[in-house]
Amino acid sequence: MSEPSRVEPSRVEPSHTESPRIEPSSNKLSRRKLITAGLTAAAGVAGLGVAAELAQKFGLIPPDHGGIWGLGETLTYASQRLLTRHSLAREFSRSQISKPPFPNEMAPPSAEFKRHQAAGFADWRLSINGMVAQPASFSLDQLKSYPAHSQITMLQCEEGWSYIAEWIGVPLSQILQAVEVHPQARYVVYFSIERDWWDSIDMADALHPQTFLVYGMNGDALSVGNGGPLRLRVPRQVGYKSVKFVTHMTVTDNLKTFGKGLGSASPEGGYAWYAGI
Amino acid sequence: MGDTACVPDTASAVPTAIATAVPAKTVPSRHSALVRVTHWITTLCFLALLVTGVEIVISHPRFYWGETGNNLTTPLFKLPIPASRALVPTGYGYVLPDQNGWSRYLHFQAAWVVVFTGLLYVIFGLVSGHFRKNLLPEKTDLSRRSFWTAITSHLRFERPSEADAWSYNVLQRLSYLFVIFVLFPLVIWTGLAMSPAFVSAFPATVNVLGGQQSARTLHFFVSLALVLFVLVHVVMIFLAGFWSRMRAMITGRAATPHAAGHTERI
Repeated sequence: MSEPSRVEPSRVEPSHTESPRIEPSSNKLSRRKLITAGLTAAAGVAGLGVAAELAQKFGLIPPDHGGIWGLGETLTYASQRLLTRHSLAREFSRSQISKPPFPNEMAPPSAEFKRHQAAGFADWRLSINGMVAQPASFSLDQLKSYPAHSQITMLQCEEGWSYIAEWIGVPLSQILQAVEVHPQARYVVYFSIERDWWDSIDMADALHPQTFLVYGMNGDALSVGNGGPLRLRVPRQVGYKSVKFVTHMTVTDNLKTFGKGLGSASPEGGYAWYAGI
Repeated sequence: MGDTACVPDTASAVPTAIATAVPAKTVPSRHSALVRVTHWITTLCFLALLVTGVEIVISHPRFYWGETGNNLTTPLFKLPIPASRALVPTGYGYVLPDQNGWSRYLHFQAAWVVVFTGLLYVIFGLVSGHFRKNLLPEKTDLSRRSFWTAITSHLRFERPSEADAWSYNVLQRLSYLFVIFVLFPLVIWTGLAMSPAFVSAFPATVNVLGGQQSARTLHFFVSLALVLFVLVHVVMIFLAGFWSRMRAMITGRAATPHAAGHTERI
């Protein structure tokens, strides 16, 4: 903005020196431009540096920020994390519930899952360890002993389809409170009983009041097709973050040690870690 | 900022006035540097968004109205194409290869770049007077007769006159304004309305559209309108003289008004 004030002297100069040549003034103009451009570039780089530092400090850098898609991924995650830290996913009326709920395609269940299914999931357990004071393992009945919560929210798949259901379960925050999560924890990593199916969310999502460990749907038990007996619901992100058949969770401050260090199996398969889109 | 501040007096002023004011050697730019750079960045982004958008849509080529829609509900319409996911009932006996992962990464990355580019362009357009001088139709252009003349000359595929190489006719002006101020904002809005995180903070963005699936369907149609614009735009460039128009948008150089008739025949 200081530019206009500097324009005057350099333009006036030639007449002062009474030089008819145009060269010096155009040289000065380009030098001035060069200095301005240099300062702008320096300010830009410094600005980016400060922005990166702040982003790191406030946890605005997603684990899959490296590589050619890092720019878009980081912008999306950072902006949505700033805008949506406490916002609630839209909830719907009971009349808007999709009938029937759409069970998505699944790979054939593993032998281990089939064993649990044959036993009516009586021995299904959810274990939690990592940065917690009280590592624990919960049976389904123990999870159901917490006050049941329900939400009528939309599950939308990255493919484009969607359905609305009533999801019944216990907010993850209550379980995290029970196991006493360390204050320096930054992520919750969660694993399906099915191999290579795991994901993670940051603490903003993990402690969010609508992030549920779901065991019921539309008044019934959660069907296997929809992720029963236990599914994590992350309603502010698309469907693939709501991993089915959850058996284990680890609370951590560093995702580097899990898989390829990209935060979940999704980026390893080419999909974004953050899926709030 | 140094560059943009200099642009208005060298580039986007009325060409004839400039032609007499500057030495004969310095031919004014047909398009200012900022317009040229933002034009090509937008072109690249649009191409990326189109390819990845098609890639994303083939994973579920069915469209719905309202909040929800899936394989168990009746679609508003279906695209008569195979899908990249096995569960979609398309009527085809095969499934296309699935490329959704990188397509989604690129779709959103290109969206960010095009939004920033668009913001820069709109700010420049307002500050420099680009919109007012080059895109806002003049009062006389908006008469029924001049509309009719413009339409009939387009329908006869007449080659543009010399003056047209230096300024936009009323149909061009209105189409560009429509793309910049209606289609682009709409495609961004309908895109954001599909984001569960974004609408958790701003639910009205999706509610006023009638639901998440309505937003998806509208996003598809607005994209179609943009594709239609690009097709017509490219056809018109071929009709007007591909190389002269390309050169004007790449280097900024165009035939000077009095020499226009000569170079246009190249």
